Amino acid sequence: MATGIRDKVAIIGMGCSQFGERWDCGPDDLMVEAFGEALKDAGIERDRIDAAWLGVFFDEQNTGKSALPMSMALRLPNIPVTRVENLCATGTEALRGAAYAVAAGACDIALAMGVEKLKDTGYSGLPERTKGTFEDLYLPTSTAPGAFAQLAGAYAAKYGFSMDELRRAMAHVSVKSHENGAKNPKAHLRSRITTEQVLGAPMISYPLGVFDCCGVSDGAACAIVTTPEIARSLGRRDVVTIKALQLAPSNGVEMSHGSWDGTHTLTTPLAAKRAYAEAGIRDPRAEINLIEVHDCFSITELVVMEDLGLSDPGRAPHDILDGRYDADGAIPCQIDGGLKCFGHPIGASGLRMTYEIYLQLLGRAGDRQLRSPTIGLAHNLGGIPNRNVASINVLGLHKV
Amino acid sequence: MTRLGCIVSASAYVPRLRLPREVIANAMSWATGGAGKPKGARSICNWDEDSLTMGVEAARGALPRSGAPVNAVAMASTTLPFADRSNAALAAACLDLGADVETQEFGGTLRAGTTALANAARREGRTLVVATDSRAAMPGSAQEAAFGHGAAALVIDGAASSRELPVPDAALASVLGTGHVAANFVDHYRMAGSDFDYALEERWVRDAGLAALPARAIGQALIQAGVAARDVRHFVMPGSAANLKRIAKSAGLDPDVQLADPLQADCGDTGSAHALLMLVGALERALPGELILLASFGQGVDALLLRVEPGVAAWRAQQRPLSMTLARRQVETQYTRYLSHAGLLQVDFGMRAERDNRTAQSVAWRKHEMLDAFRGGKCRRCAAVQFPLSRVCVNPDCRETDTQDSFRLADSTGRVKTFTEDWQAYSRRPPYVYGNVSFAEGGNLFMEFTDLDAGELAVGDSLRFVLRIKDQDALRGFRRYFWKAARA
Repeated sequence: MATGIRDKVAIIGMGCSQFGERWDCGPDDLMVEAFGEALKDAGIERDRIDAAWLGVFFDEQNTGKSALPMSMALRLPNIPVTRVENLCATGTEALRGAAYAVAAGACDIALAMGVEKLKDTGYSGLPERTKGTFEDLYLPTSTAPGAFAQLAGAYAAKYGFSMDELRRAMAHVSVKSHENGAKNPKAHLRSRITTEQVLGAPMISYPLGVFDCCGVSDGAACAIVTTPEIARSLGRRDVVTIKALQLAPSNGVEMSHGSWDGTHTLTTPLAAKRAYAEAGIRDPRAEINLIEVHDCFSITELVVMEDLGLSDPGRAPHDILDGRYDADGAIPCQIDGGLKCFGHPIGASGLRMTYEIYLQLLGRAGDRQLRSPTIGLAHNLGGIPNRNVASINVLGLHKV
Repeated sequence: MTRLGCIVSASAYVPRLRLPREVIANAMSWATGGAGKPKGARSICNWDEDSLTMGVEAARGALPRSGAPVNAVAMASTTLPFADRSNAALAAACLDLGADVETQEFGGTLRAGTTALANAARREGRTLVVATDSRAAMPGSAQEAAFGHGAAALVIDGAASSRELPVPDAALASVLGTGHVAANFVDHYRMAGSDFDYALEERWVRDAGLAALPARAIGQALIQAGVAARDVRHFVMPGSAANLKRIAKSAGLDPDVQLADPLQADCGDTGSAHALLMLVGALERALPGELILLASFGQGVDALLLRVEPGVAAWRAQQRPLSMTLARRQVETQYTRYLSHAGLLQVDFGMRAERDNRTAQSVAWRKHEMLDAFRGGKCRRCAAVQFPLSRVCVNPDCRETDTQDSFRLADSTGRVKTFTEDWQAYSRRPPYVYGNVSFAEGGNLFMEFTDLDAGELAVGDSLRFVLRIKDQDALRGFRRYFWKAARA
C-alpha cells in the first residue's frame, strides 16, 4: 500500500510575479521575475536545481511548447525540464512532478514553475481555442463563464433557492475576495466592491455578471522543493512540507452519463477524499486553517465548499453569507484575493495559491496574515463542470 | 396501363421567426417611399437555418415511423447550400435513411417542387420529396416583403403496374395525371452566383405568361387523369387570387373552384416549396374524393391532378402539420437582426467571431453516424444511452468495452438539466444559449439550444432536437451542421 508523500517534500523557496495586465512582460520575463524571488527565498545557487517542471496551458498563445521556454528564459544548466499541462490544474501538476521526483529520490532539489501570458490576444476573456477535431463538430463553442454558469441553475433548482437568493450568496463570495485582495500588493484587482455592485453588474453568462468572474491576467509563480533532510542541512527548522498532493480527472460520466445532476463537480470530492487520507486529516472542518480554492467564478467557489466537505450539501450559500469563509471566519478562503483578484493565468494559478498558503504558514503574509495557521489547502479545477481535472494540495508546517 | 403514385404522408416546416411587413416598411420607407401599413408577416430563417435544415425538419414530420422505408429522396430547391456536394445525400444522412437510398436534386426553377413530385409519382418505390427554399431579397425590394422561407415534404408511394390496383389505405391523395410545359419565358431570373432575383414587370408576366401558359399543362393533366375541368374542387397554385382566377377561367375550371390559401398572411412565398406547402394546407381541409389541381409556374408550368383519398381523414385527425408549424411563431421586431441573419448586413461580432472553424472531413466521415444522424451508443450490458458512442461504456458501474449499439437520439426528447445565456460567446443571435440536456432514455449531452431568446428557457423544460447550422467556415466557404435542442 502506497504511503503517499506526506512530509517527504519540503518547499524551501517560492516566488510569485506581480499579476495583472503585464503589457511590459512576456512569459519569459514573468518566469524570471518569479524565479528570482524563489531562488533568493531558498538561498541556493541556481545550479543546485537538478530538474524542473514547467506548467503552461495555452502554449500556442504564449511560451510555445516543450521544456525550451523555461530552460532558455532561466538559462538553466541543461537540466531535465518537463513541460506539463492539465488545464487549470497545470500549476499544481508542475508541483506534483517536482515533488514526486524529490520524494522518489530521483533528484535532490527540483523546480516547479507555472506561467501564463493571457493578455496578448487583443480581447478580454480567455483566448478562443479548439476542443479538438471531433468535439468541435458537436460541442458548443462555450466560454468559461458560460460553462460554469451551468452550475447555478441546477444548484438553485435542486436546493430550492431562487436565483436572486443564490446570486446574493455568490455576490458575497466576490465581495469577500475583493476585500482580501485589496490588501495584497501582488493582486491584479485591488478595489473593494459591494454586493449591490456585483448584483447590478453587466451580465456575462446568466446568472454570472462581471463581478462573478475572475480576472484575466498574466503571471507566474514557482516553488523550489527538496527533501526535509536537505532543508535541514540548509539551516531550516520549521519548514512547509507537502502533506498531500492529489489529482482526480473526469472520465466522461458528467459529459455523457445521466447520473450527474449538474449541481457540483464529481472530481473535487474524490481528490479531497484522497488528499485528506494522504495528509492524515480526519475532520477537515476542524483541521484546515485556510483554503485557496478555484474561484474562477463565484458559483464555482460556492459549490466547491460542499465538494471539499466544508459545507453540507445545500448549505454553502448560508455558510458563505454567515461569513464562515471570510478573513475572520472559521476557514478563511482566498485570503490573498483568489483568482477573483489575481486573475487566472492558467499555468500559474495552482502555484500562486500554494504561494499564499506557504506565506501564511510561515507568518510572512503581511497585512493579511492569519493567526498561526498550520494546515492549508489549495484546490484547482481545470476544465468545466462537465469534465475537469481537480487537484488538491495540502501544506503544513513541519519541524525538521 | 400503369397507375401513378400517391401521397402517403405530408408535412411542412415554416421557421419560427416572423418578420412583420410593417417592420420592413418602417425600416425602408425612406428609400421605397412606401406609405401605409402593410399587413401580415413573412417567415424568415433563424441564423442557423437554411434550405437544408428546413427541408430536413419538414421531412422528419413526413417520414413514416414504421413500415417500408423510403428508397429515394428528392430535394427540390433553388437555394440549397451546396452547388457541388449532394445536399440530398446530406439530408438523407441526417434523416438516417441508410446508405441504399437514391438521392436526387431538382432545382433551377420555382417548379422544382412540383417536378420532383411528378417524377416521384412516375417512378416505382417510395420517394421522399422535399421542397425547400430560403430566397434572399434585396432590402427595399418587393420580394423582401413577398418572400417567405419554408419547406414541405411528401412521401410518395410510386407508380403501380396497373390502374386497377387499389391505392394504399394510408394514401392521402393519389396522382391521376400530370402535365408539363416548358417556356423560355423570363419573368424573373437569378444568375448562378448571384444573391438576388431580377424580376420583370408584373403586368407583362400576368398577361403574356400566367394568362397563356398554364392552360396547356393543366389540359394535359386533366386528359391523363380522365376528368373534366369543372370537376376540380381545389386549385393549388402560388400566385395572386386575381391571377389564379384568370388561369382557372382559361383552363375551364369551375369559377367557384376553391383557391388554396396562398399563405401570404403569415408566411410569404416560399419559392419552389410553395406549391407543395399550399398543397399540405389544402390536404388539411379537402374531403375524400375531391379533386385537387396542383400547378406551379417558372419558365413553364407543371400541373398535377390529384384525388383526395380516404386516408386523409385519419392523417388529419393525427396532425395538421402546416397549421402546427405556422402556430409556432415568434415575431422578429428587429429589421437589422433579420438582415444579419440573412447575411445582408455585416455586423461586428468581435474578435471571437474570427475563430477558425475548419472541419476535419476525415473525422466528420469517421463519425458521420453520430454527427449527421445524431446517433449515440446504447450499452448491451447495462443499457446506458450515451453520446458520443465510444469503445468503453461511460456508466461508472459498467465500463465494458465494445458493448455499444448505435442508438438514434434525434427523435428522442430531453429535458434541460442546466443552461446559460452567454453574452460573451460569439453568436449570430446573442445570447448564445447552451447547456446540459438529459435524454429521455438516459444520457447527457452538453449542447447548443436554438430558437430561444433571453429569458425563455428554464431548468426542467421539455426539449426536442433539430438539425441546424453549427458553424460557418468563412475562410473555406464551408458550412457544417449538427443537432441542437429546442423547446418541445
